[in-house]
Amino acid sequence: MRFAVLQFGGSNCDRDTLHVMADVCGVDTDLVWYKDGLKRDYDGIILPGGFSYGDYLRAGAIATRTPVMKDVISHSQKGGLVLGICNGAQIGAEAGLIPGVFTINEYPKFICDQVYLRVENNTSPFTSLFRKGEVVKIPIAHKEGRYVAPQKTLKSLDDDNRIAFRFCNEKGEITPESNPNGTADNITGILGKDDNVLLMMPHPERASEDVLGSSDGKKIFDSMIKYLDSR
Amino acid sequence: MKYDVTITISLKSGMLDPEARAIQHALSNLGFETGYLRTARVFEIGIESEDVSEAARKAEEMCERLLANPVIHSYSVEVKEE
Repeated sequence: MRFAVLQFGGSNCDRDTLHVMADVCGVDTDLVWYKDGLKRDYDGIILPGGFSYGDYLRAGAIATRTPVMKDVISHSQKGGLVLGICNGAQIGAEAGLIPGVFTINEYPKFICDQVYLRVENNTSPFTSLFRKGEVVKIPIAHKEGRYVAPQKTLKSLDDDNRIAFRFCNEKGEITPESNPNGTADNITGILGKDDNVLLMMPHPERASEDVLGSSDGKKIFDSMIKYLDSR
Repeated sequence: MKYDVTITISLKSGMLDPEARAIQHALSNLGFETGYLRTARVFEIGIESEDVSEAARKAEEMCERLLANPVIHSYSVEVKEE
């Protein structure tokens, strides 16, 4: 089992993610510079957070058009796991791995905060170690994290059980007050059409060790590892 | 009278535009070779004024006082009757 964490110009959560995968979870993980391309076989690819290319044009827009992303898309089409975190989620959405887009927060400022998420789907390769409805604490840090999609798309995502996480309060209630960025239906984690892609704005790599205040995020990485182990 | 004002803010020529450079590079990744690429911001604003020249004067003042930084930006103003 081998993972790659892709590094673009301006990625800045790449080493944190590598640390969690390699040191905390103990799996074989390469840090891959986008220009070097995917030279080995990988079971999972992680697009980390950051500000690739200064968020020029739109967050994630430039990174999505680099040649390595063609390989990421074909990896996903072959059933390989792809996890996009924050800027990685913006890149994944720009690449069409999910419908819709992450755009500027309703109140247009950068938010860095601890928030609660409710696990809406616990059957995917990324969420199987959670209980359905479990409330987890994972931080966010973004300015462009408001998920926008046509109403019809939102409904079909819900119908197809593709919503992984929603912002909620401590009790797990989905309320307007617990929605930090104005995102549609409190949605902040979306699965690809075959469940092998998860794009999420919160940062699980920042919540994977108790010393950091929460290790809830580690269950996402552990779920991926369990899924690959059981294949 | 009501007027539609269109203000375009661009970087003065010779100013470094890293965003434009990155976009040009991304276009090249898609197979589009480009000689130059400039970015600009467009503001569409509805205002009330006595006449066209008063509307243009207000728009220029908006540029001078907020929308543009005269050190690096140039601007153009277009006024139409609503």
